[in-house]
Amino acid sequence: MLRLLGLLALIWTLAVPAAAQEAPADARGSTGGAQTLEDILRRQDGIAIDDSFRSDLTGNPDAAAPIDEQLGTLGGASDPDLWRAFRYGTADITTQARTPAATTLIQDGGMWWLKFREGPLLSFGAYLLGGTLLALTLFYMIRGRIRIGGEKTGRTVTRFKAFERFGHWLLASSFLVLGVTGLISLFGRKVLIPAFGHETFAFLAVGTKWVHNNISWAFMIALVIIFVVWVVHNIPDRTDLHWLAKAGGILGGEHPPAKKFNAGQKLIFWAVIVLGGSISLSGLSLLFPFEINMFNHTFSTLNSWGVPGWFGAADLPYPLEPQEEMQYAQLWHAVVSLILTAIIFAHIYLGSVGMEGAFDAMGKGEVEEQWAREHHSIWAEEVLNETKSIKKRTST
Amino acid sequence: MKAFLLAIVASVVIAIGANQILNSIGFSSAAAGTSTLNVRTSE
Repeated sequence: MLRLLGLLALIWTLAVPAAAQEAPADARGSTGGAQTLEDILRRQDGIAIDDSFRSDLTGNPDAAAPIDEQLGTLGGASDPDLWRAFRYGTADITTQARTPAATTLIQDGGMWWLKFREGPLLSFGAYLLGGTLLALTLFYMIRGRIRIGGEKTGRTVTRFKAFERFGHWLLASSFLVLGVTGLISLFGRKVLIPAFGHETFAFLAVGTKWVHNNISWAFMIALVIIFVVWVVHNIPDRTDLHWLAKAGGILGGEHPPAKKFNAGQKLIFWAVIVLGGSISLSGLSLLFPFEINMFNHTFSTLNSWGVPGWFGAADLPYPLEPQEEMQYAQLWHAVVSLILTAIIFAHIYLGSVGMEGAFDAMGKGEVEEQWAREHHSIWAEEVLNETKSIKKRTST
Repeated sequence: MKAFLLAIVASVVIAIGANQILNSIGFSSAAAGTSTLNVRTSE
Protein backbone atom coordinates (compact mmCIF):
# COMPACT_ATOMS: atom_id res chain seq x y z
CA MET A 1 0.00 0.00 0.00
CA LEU A 2 2.81 2.31 0.92
CA ARG A 3 4.50 1.50 -2.35
CA LEU A 4 1.29 2.25 -4.25
CA LEU A 5 0.94 5.63 -2.54
CA GLY A 6 4.58 6.36 -3.31
CA LEU A 7 3.99 5.53 -6.96
CA LEU A 8 0.95 7.81 -7.11
CA ALA A 9 2.93 10.63 -5.49
CA LEU A 10 5.68 10.15 -8.06
CA ILE A 11 3.22 10.23 -10.95
CA TRP A 12 1.59 13.38 -9.58
CA THR A 13 4.85 15.23 -9.08
CA LEU A 14 5.94 14.37 -12.61
CA ALA A 15 2.55 15.07 -14.17
CA VAL A 16 2.02 18.56 -12.72
CA PRO A 17 4.99 20.19 -14.47
CA ALA A 18 4.01 18.45 -17.74
CA ALA A 19 0.45 19.79 -17.44
CA ALA A 20 1.81 23.24 -16.60
CA GLN A 21 3.85 23.26 -19.81
CA GLU A 22 0.75 22.52 -21.87
CA ALA A 23 -1.40 25.13 -20.15
CA PRO A 24 -1.19 28.48 -22.05
CA ALA A 25 -1.36 30.46 -18.84
CA ASP A 26 1.90 29.02 -17.62
CA ALA A 27 3.58 28.77 -21.02
CA ARG A 28 5.09 32.22 -20.65
CA GLY A 29 6.38 31.25 -17.24
CA SER A 30 8.58 28.70 -18.93
CA THR A 31 10.27 31.45 -20.91
CA GLY A 32 10.80 33.62 -17.89
CA GLY A 33 8.13 36.09 -19.06
CA ALA A 34 9.49 36.41 -22.60
CA GLN A 35 7.46 35.62 -25.70
CA THR A 36 6.76 31.99 -26.52
CA LEU A 37 7.23 30.06 -29.73
CA GLU A 38 3.48 30.36 -30.26
CA ASP A 39 3.69 34.16 -29.97
CA ILE A 40 6.48 34.27 -32.55
CA LEU A 41 4.62 31.97 -34.96
CA ARG A 42 1.41 33.98 -34.64
CA ARG A 43 3.29 37.24 -35.27
CA GLN A 44 5.01 35.76 -38.32
CA ASP A 45 1.59 34.75 -39.66
CA GLY A 46 0.37 38.31 -39.13
CA ILE A 47 -2.12 37.20 -36.44
CA ALA A 48 -2.75 39.76 -33.70
CA ILE A 49 -1.42 38.79 -30.29
CA ASP A 50 -1.93 40.37 -26.90
CA ASP A 51 1.60 41.61 -26.34
CA SER A 52 0.80 43.56 -23.21
CA PHE A 53 3.16 41.19 -21.37
CA ARG A 54 5.94 42.90 -23.33
CA SER A 55 4.60 46.42 -23.76
CA ASP A 56 3.86 46.74 -20.01
CA LEU A 57 7.19 45.23 -18.97
CA THR A 58 9.16 48.45 -18.96
CA GLY A 59 10.56 48.38 -15.46
CA ASN A 60 9.38 49.93 -12.21
CA PRO A 61 11.30 53.04 -11.15
CA ASP A 62 9.30 53.19 -7.90
CA ALA A 63 10.85 49.89 -6.87
CA ALA A 64 14.33 50.86 -7.98
CA ALA A 65 17.28 49.77 -5.93
CA PRO A 66 19.16 52.60 -4.15
CA ILE A 67 21.82 54.12 -6.34
CA ASP A 68 24.62 52.79 -4.17
CA GLU A 69 23.44 49.19 -4.59
CA GLN A 70 24.02 46.76 -7.40
CA LEU A 71 21.83 47.60 -10.45
CA GLY A 72 20.69 50.75 -8.63
CA THR A 73 22.06 52.98 -11.35
CA LEU A 74 19.53 51.57 -13.82
CA GLY A 75 16.71 53.23 -11.90
CA GLY A 76 14.39 50.24 -11.77
CA ALA A 77 14.45 49.66 -15.53
CA SER A 78 16.91 47.23 -17.08
CA ASP A 79 18.28 47.78 -20.58
CA PRO A 80 15.71 45.36 -22.10
CA ASP A 81 12.99 47.25 -20.21
CA LEU A 82 14.24 50.49 -21.75
CA TRP A 83 14.36 49.06 -25.27
CA ARG A 84 10.80 47.74 -24.87
CA ALA A 85 9.73 51.24 -23.80
CA PHE A 86 11.37 52.63 -26.96
CA ARG A 87 9.60 50.06 -29.11
CA TYR A 88 6.17 50.69 -27.62
CA GLY A 89 6.61 54.46 -27.48
CA THR A 90 6.30 54.76 -23.71
CA ALA A 91 9.84 55.89 -22.88
CA ASP A 92 10.24 59.41 -21.51
CA ILE A 93 12.46 60.82 -24.25
CA THR A 94 13.87 64.33 -24.35
CA THR A 95 15.51 65.58 -27.52
CA GLN A 96 16.72 68.84 -28.94
CA ALA A 97 14.90 68.12 -32.23
CA ARG A 98 11.39 69.58 -32.27
CA THR A 99 9.79 67.69 -35.14
CA PRO A 100 6.67 65.64 -34.29
CA ALA A 101 8.46 62.33 -34.89
CA ALA A 102 11.62 63.23 -32.97
CA THR A 103 10.74 61.20 -29.88
CA THR A 104 9.84 58.02 -31.79
CA LEU A 105 13.14 56.13 -31.73
CA ILE A 106 11.79 52.73 -32.81
CA GLN A 107 8.73 52.55 -35.06
CA ASP A 108 7.73 48.92 -34.92
CA GLY A 109 4.62 49.55 -37.02
CA GLY A 110 6.71 50.70 -39.99
CA MET A 111 7.99 47.26 -40.92
CA TRP A 112 4.93 46.35 -43.00
CA TRP A 113 5.41 49.58 -44.97
CA LEU A 114 9.07 48.84 -45.63
CA LYS A 115 8.28 45.30 -46.79
CA PHE A 116 5.43 46.48 -48.99
CA ARG A 117 7.49 49.31 -50.47
CA GLU A 118 10.40 47.01 -51.30
CA GLY A 119 8.30 44.15 -52.65
CA PRO A 120 4.67 44.27 -53.81
CA LEU A 121 4.76 47.99 -54.66
CA LEU A 122 7.68 47.56 -57.07
CA SER A 123 6.08 44.47 -58.64
CA PHE A 124 2.77 46.31 -59.01
CA GLY A 125 4.51 49.27 -60.68
CA ALA A 126 6.56 47.12 -63.04
CA TYR A 127 3.60 44.95 -64.08
CA LEU A 128 1.25 47.92 -64.49
CA LEU A 129 3.58 50.08 -66.59
CA GLY A 130 5.11 47.17 -68.50
CA GLY A 131 1.70 45.61 -69.10
CA THR A 132 0.28 48.90 -70.37
CA LEU A 133 3.15 49.36 -72.83
CA LEU A 134 2.76 45.79 -73.99
CA ALA A 135 -1.00 46.18 -74.44
CA LEU A 136 -0.51 49.39 -76.46
CA THR A 137 2.11 47.69 -78.65
CA LEU A 138 -0.23 44.77 -79.30
CA PHE A 139 -3.09 47.16 -80.02
CA TYR A 140 -0.92 49.02 -82.52
CA MET A 141 0.09 45.77 -84.20
CA ILE A 142 -3.54 44.60 -84.47
CA ARG A 143 -5.37 47.86 -85.17
CA GLY A 144 -2.60 49.89 -86.77
CA ARG A 145 -2.64 53.66 -86.97
CA ILE A 146 -6.09 55.24 -87.01
CA ARG A 147 -6.07 57.10 -90.32
CA ILE A 148 -8.14 60.02 -91.50
CA GLY A 149 -10.89 58.17 -93.35
CA GLY A 150 -12.16 60.82 -95.78
CA GLU A 151 -10.30 62.94 -98.28
CA LYS A 152 -8.13 65.63 -96.72
CA THR A 153 -9.27 69.17 -97.46
CA GLY A 154 -5.95 70.96 -97.00
CA ARG A 155 -7.77 73.44 -94.78
CA THR A 156 -7.18 73.61 -91.04
CA VAL A 157 -9.29 74.42 -87.99
CA THR A 158 -7.88 76.03 -84.86
CA ARG A 159 -8.12 73.33 -82.19
CA PHE A 160 -6.16 74.81 -79.27
CA LYS A 161 -4.99 78.36 -78.63
CA ALA A 162 -1.42 79.10 -77.59
CA PHE A 163 -2.26 79.40 -73.87
CA GLU A 164 -4.09 76.07 -73.88
CA ARG A 165 -1.10 74.39 -75.51
CA PHE A 166 1.27 76.09 -73.07
CA GLY A 167 -0.77 74.73 -70.13
CA HIS A 168 -0.83 71.25 -71.66
CA TRP A 169 2.90 71.15 -72.34
CA LEU A 170 3.77 72.58 -68.93
CA LEU A 171 1.73 69.77 -67.38
CA ALA A 172 3.07 67.13 -69.78
CA SER A 173 6.74 68.06 -69.51
CA SER A 174 6.68 68.36 -65.73
CA PHE A 175 4.72 65.09 -65.42
CA LEU A 176 7.21 63.19 -67.56
CA VAL A 177 10.14 64.52 -65.53
CA LEU A 178 8.30 63.74 -62.29
CA GLY A 179 7.53 60.25 -63.59
CA VAL A 180 11.13 59.45 -64.50
CA THR A 181 12.61 60.92 -61.31
CA GLY A 182 9.89 59.27 -59.22
CA LEU A 183 10.62 55.86 -60.73
CA ILE A 184 14.34 56.37 -60.05
CA SER A 185 13.53 57.04 -56.39
CA LEU A 186 11.09 54.12 -56.19
CA PHE A 187 13.33 51.52 -57.86
CA GLY A 188 16.66 52.92 -56.64
CA ARG A 189 17.45 50.68 -53.72
CA LYS A 190 16.26 47.39 -55.21
CA VAL A 191 17.20 47.85 -58.88
CA LEU A 192 19.57 50.74 -59.54
CA ILE A 193 21.99 50.28 -56.62
CA PRO A 194 22.59 46.60 -57.46
CA ALA A 195 23.02 47.59 -61.13
CA PHE A 196 25.17 50.74 -60.87
CA GLY A 197 26.54 50.76 -57.33
CA HIS A 198 26.02 53.04 -54.35
CA GLU A 199 28.20 55.95 -55.48
CA THR A 200 26.59 56.34 -58.89
CA PHE A 201 23.13 56.06 -57.43
CA ALA A 202 23.91 58.52 -54.63
CA PHE A 203 24.79 61.16 -57.24
CA LEU A 204 21.68 60.29 -59.26
CA ALA A 205 19.43 60.24 -56.20
CA VAL A 206 20.48 63.68 -54.99
CA GLY A 207 19.88 65.17 -58.45
CA THR A 208 16.55 63.44 -59.08
CA LYS A 209 15.27 64.33 -55.61
CA TRP A 210 16.07 68.02 -56.23
CA VAL A 211 14.38 67.95 -59.63
CA HIS A 212 11.36 65.95 -58.40
CA ASN A 213 10.73 68.22 -55.42
CA ASN A 214 11.06 71.47 -57.32
CA ILE A 215 9.47 70.75 -60.69
CA SER A 216 6.39 69.57 -58.81
CA TRP A 217 5.36 73.23 -58.53
CA ALA A 218 5.24 73.52 -62.33
CA PHE A 219 2.96 70.44 -62.39
CA MET A 220 0.61 71.92 -59.79
CA ILE A 221 0.44 75.30 -61.56
CA ALA A 222 -0.24 73.57 -64.89
CA LEU A 223 -2.94 71.43 -63.29
CA VAL A 224 -4.76 74.59 -62.24
CA ILE A 225 -4.31 76.11 -65.75
CA ILE A 226 -5.78 73.14 -67.63
CA PHE A 227 -8.62 72.81 -65.13
CA VAL A 228 -9.60 76.46 -65.60
CA VAL A 229 -9.36 76.49 -69.41
CA TRP A 230 -10.94 73.09 -70.12
CA VAL A 231 -13.39 72.22 -67.34
CA VAL A 232 -16.31 73.80 -69.19
CA HIS A 233 -15.69 71.49 -72.17
CA ASN A 234 -15.36 68.39 -70.00
CA ILE A 235 -18.71 68.33 -68.23
CA PRO A 236 -20.31 64.96 -69.08
CA ASP A 237 -23.42 65.02 -71.28
CA ARG A 238 -25.63 62.71 -73.36
CA THR A 239 -23.29 62.56 -76.36
CA ASP A 240 -20.73 60.83 -74.12
CA LEU A 241 -23.04 57.86 -73.52
CA HIS A 242 -23.47 57.36 -77.26
CA TRP A 243 -19.70 57.73 -77.77
CA LEU A 244 -18.92 55.19 -75.06
CA ALA A 245 -21.54 52.74 -76.37
CA LYS A 246 -19.69 52.72 -79.68
CA ALA A 247 -16.26 52.65 -77.94
CA GLY A 248 -15.43 55.82 -79.83
CA GLY A 249 -15.40 53.91 -83.10
CA ILE A 250 -11.85 52.87 -82.27
CA LEU A 251 -12.36 49.27 -83.38
CA GLY A 252 -13.18 50.26 -86.92
CA GLY A 253 -16.78 51.42 -86.75
CA GLU A 254 -18.01 54.89 -87.66
CA HIS A 255 -16.85 57.80 -85.54
CA PRO A 256 -19.62 58.70 -83.10
CA PRO A 257 -20.42 62.44 -82.84
CA ALA A 258 -18.40 64.38 -80.26
CA LYS A 259 -18.01 67.93 -79.05
CA LYS A 260 -14.62 69.61 -78.40
CA PHE A 261 -13.67 66.67 -76.18
CA ASN A 262 -15.08 63.17 -76.64
CA ALA A 263 -15.95 60.88 -73.72
CA GLY A 264 -12.52 59.23 -73.80
CA GLN A 265 -10.78 62.58 -73.58
CA LYS A 266 -13.13 63.62 -70.77
CA LEU A 267 -12.18 60.50 -68.84
CA ILE A 268 -8.51 61.39 -69.32
CA PHE A 269 -9.19 64.97 -68.23
CA TRP A 270 -10.95 63.96 -65.01
CA ALA A 271 -8.37 61.26 -64.30
CA VAL A 272 -5.65 63.90 -64.59
CA ILE A 273 -7.53 66.39 -62.42
CA VAL A 274 -8.61 63.94 -59.69
CA LEU A 275 -5.54 61.69 -59.61
CA GLY A 276 -3.15 64.58 -60.34
CA GLY A 277 -4.79 66.60 -57.55
CA SER A 278 -4.47 63.68 -55.16
CA ILE A 279 -0.83 63.15 -56.14
CA SER A 280 -0.21 66.87 -55.55
CA LEU A 281 -1.75 66.74 -52.07
CA SER A 282 0.19 63.64 -51.01
CA GLY A 283 3.30 65.19 -52.60
CA LEU A 284 2.87 68.35 -50.52
CA SER A 285 2.46 66.13 -47.46
CA LEU A 286 5.80 64.50 -48.27
CA LEU A 287 7.47 67.79 -49.22
CA PHE A 288 6.59 69.32 -45.84
CA PRO A 289 6.94 66.32 -43.50
CA PHE A 290 4.46 66.14 -40.60
CA GLU A 291 2.87 69.49 -41.57
CA ILE A 292 0.04 68.21 -43.79
CA ASN A 293 -1.54 65.06 -42.38
CA MET A 294 -4.02 63.53 -44.80
CA PHE A 295 -4.58 60.05 -43.44
CA ASN A 296 -5.14 60.43 -39.70
CA HIS A 297 -8.29 62.48 -40.19
CA THR A 298 -9.43 60.44 -43.21
CA PHE A 299 -9.09 57.12 -41.37
CA SER A 300 -10.91 58.54 -38.34
CA THR A 301 -13.78 59.79 -40.51
CA LEU A 302 -14.06 56.52 -42.47
CA ASN A 303 -14.07 54.55 -39.20
CA SER A 304 -16.79 56.78 -37.73
CA TRP A 305 -18.94 56.13 -40.82
CA GLY A 306 -18.26 52.41 -40.49
CA VAL A 307 -16.88 52.21 -44.04
CA PRO A 308 -14.35 49.39 -43.36
CA GLY A 309 -17.23 47.30 -41.97
CA TRP A 310 -19.07 47.54 -45.33
CA PHE A 311 -16.29 45.39 -46.75
CA GLY A 312 -16.04 43.12 -43.74
CA ALA A 313 -12.73 44.70 -42.73
CA ALA A 314 -11.55 45.84 -39.32
CA ASP A 315 -11.30 49.54 -38.51
CA LEU A 316 -8.47 51.45 -40.14
CA PRO A 317 -5.53 52.22 -37.84
CA TYR A 318 -6.08 55.34 -35.75
CA PRO A 319 -4.46 57.41 -34.35
CA LEU A 320 -1.42 57.25 -36.61
CA GLU A 321 2.13 57.91 -35.50
CA PRO A 322 3.82 60.79 -37.40
CA GLN A 323 5.96 58.32 -39.35
CA GLU A 324 2.91 56.23 -40.24
CA GLU A 325 1.27 59.33 -41.73
CA MET A 326 4.31 59.80 -43.97
CA GLN A 327 4.37 56.11 -44.88
CA TYR A 328 0.74 56.13 -45.99
CA ALA A 329 1.38 59.37 -47.92
CA GLN A 330 4.35 57.74 -49.69
CA LEU A 331 2.35 54.64 -50.64
CA TRP A 332 -0.62 56.67 -51.84
CA HIS A 333 1.65 59.02 -53.80
CA ALA A 334 3.39 56.10 -55.51
CA VAL A 335 0.30 53.97 -56.26
CA VAL A 336 -1.81 56.84 -57.64
CA SER A 337 1.17 58.13 -59.66
CA LEU A 338 1.71 54.69 -61.22
CA ILE A 339 -1.98 54.43 -62.16
CA LEU A 340 -1.97 57.93 -63.69
CA THR A 341 1.25 57.13 -65.58
CA ALA A 342 -0.38 54.05 -67.12
CA ILE A 343 -3.36 56.19 -68.20
CA ILE A 344 -1.01 58.83 -69.64
CA PHE A 345 0.82 56.14 -71.65
CA ALA A 346 -2.46 55.45 -73.43
CA HIS A 347 -3.02 59.21 -73.90
CA ILE A 348 0.47 59.69 -75.38
CA TYR A 349 -0.07 56.72 -77.70
CA LEU A 350 -3.35 58.05 -79.10
CA GLY A 351 -1.99 61.60 -79.33
CA SER A 352 1.06 60.55 -81.35
CA VAL A 353 1.63 57.28 -83.24
CA GLY A 354 -1.85 55.88 -82.60
CA MET A 355 -3.86 58.43 -84.58
CA GLU A 356 -3.07 60.35 -87.73
CA GLY A 357 -3.49 64.09 -87.33
CA ALA A 358 -3.92 64.05 -83.54
CA PHE A 359 -0.50 65.44 -82.65
CA ASP A 360 -1.09 68.55 -84.77
CA ALA A 361 -3.75 69.63 -82.27
CA MET A 362 -1.12 70.17 -79.56
CA GLY A 363 1.88 70.61 -81.84
CA LYS A 364 0.61 73.42 -84.04
CA GLY A 365 -2.81 74.10 -82.58
CA GLU A 366 -4.34 73.55 -86.03
CA VAL A 367 -5.95 70.32 -87.24
CA GLU A 368 -7.01 69.11 -90.67
CA GLU A 369 -10.67 69.99 -91.23
CA GLN A 370 -11.51 66.41 -92.22
CA TRP A 371 -9.91 65.11 -89.00
CA ALA A 372 -12.06 67.53 -87.01
CA ARG A 373 -15.21 66.43 -88.89
CA GLU A 374 -14.45 62.76 -88.22
CA HIS A 375 -13.37 62.86 -84.58
CA HIS A 376 -15.23 65.89 -83.21
CA SER A 377 -18.13 66.37 -85.62
CA ILE A 378 -20.33 68.52 -83.36
CA TRP A 379 -17.45 70.80 -82.39
CA ALA A 380 -16.21 71.04 -85.99
CA GLU A 381 -19.69 72.04 -87.19
CA GLU A 382 -19.90 74.76 -84.52
CA VAL A 383 -16.45 76.15 -85.31
CA LEU A 384 -16.96 76.09 -89.08
CA ASN A 385 -20.41 77.75 -88.80
CA GLU A 386 -18.94 80.39 -86.53
CA THR A 387 -16.12 81.04 -89.00
CA LYS A 388 -18.66 81.34 -91.84
CA SER A 389 -20.83 83.81 -89.91
CA ILE A 390 -17.77 85.93 -89.00
CA LYS A 391 -16.75 86.01 -92.67
CA LYS A 392 -20.31 86.96 -93.63
CA ARG A 393 -20.43 89.81 -91.09
CA THR A 394 -17.05 91.19 -92.16
CA SER A 395 -18.02 91.04 -95.87
CA THR A 396 -21.25 92.96 -95.26
CA MET B 1 6.05 74.30 -81.09
CA LYS B 2 6.60 77.69 -79.48
CA ALA B 3 4.13 76.80 -76.72
CA PHE B 4 6.06 73.57 -76.03
CA LEU B 5 9.43 75.33 -75.81
CA LEU B 6 7.95 78.09 -73.66
CA ALA B 7 6.49 75.45 -71.32
CA ILE B 8 9.91 73.77 -70.98
CA VAL B 9 11.53 77.11 -70.13
CA ALA B 10 8.69 77.90 -67.70
CA SER B 11 9.06 74.56 -65.90
CA VAL B 12 12.80 75.18 -65.43
CA VAL B 13 12.20 78.75 -64.20
CA ILE B 14 9.44 77.60 -61.82
CA ALA B 15 11.62 74.78 -60.43
CA ILE B 16 14.61 77.04 -59.76
CA GLY B 17 12.38 79.85 -58.46
CA ALA B 18 10.49 77.52 -56.12
CA ASN B 19 13.76 76.16 -54.74
CA GLN B 20 15.11 79.68 -54.12
CA ILE B 21 11.92 80.77 -52.35
CA LEU B 22 11.68 77.63 -50.20
CA ASN B 23 15.33 77.80 -49.23
CA SER B 24 15.02 81.46 -48.27
CA ILE B 25 12.16 80.66 -45.87
CA GLY B 26 13.97 77.61 -44.39
CA PHE B 27 11.40 75.01 -45.43
CA SER B 28 13.43 71.85 -44.89
CA SER B 29 12.41 69.64 -41.99
CA ALA B 30 15.97 69.78 -40.66
CA ALA B 31 15.91 73.57 -40.63
CA ALA B 32 12.43 73.71 -39.14
CA GLY B 33 12.91 71.09 -36.47
CA THR B 34 16.38 71.55 -35.05
CA SER B 35 18.49 74.25 -33.52
CA THR B 36 21.69 75.34 -35.22
CA LEU B 37 23.46 75.44 -31.86
CA ASN B 38 23.90 72.67 -29.34
CA VAL B 39 22.63 73.47 -25.87
CA ARG B 40 23.75 71.64 -22.74
CA THR B 41 21.45 72.30 -19.82
CA SER B 42 23.03 69.98 -17.26
CA GLU B 43 26.00 67.71 -16.73
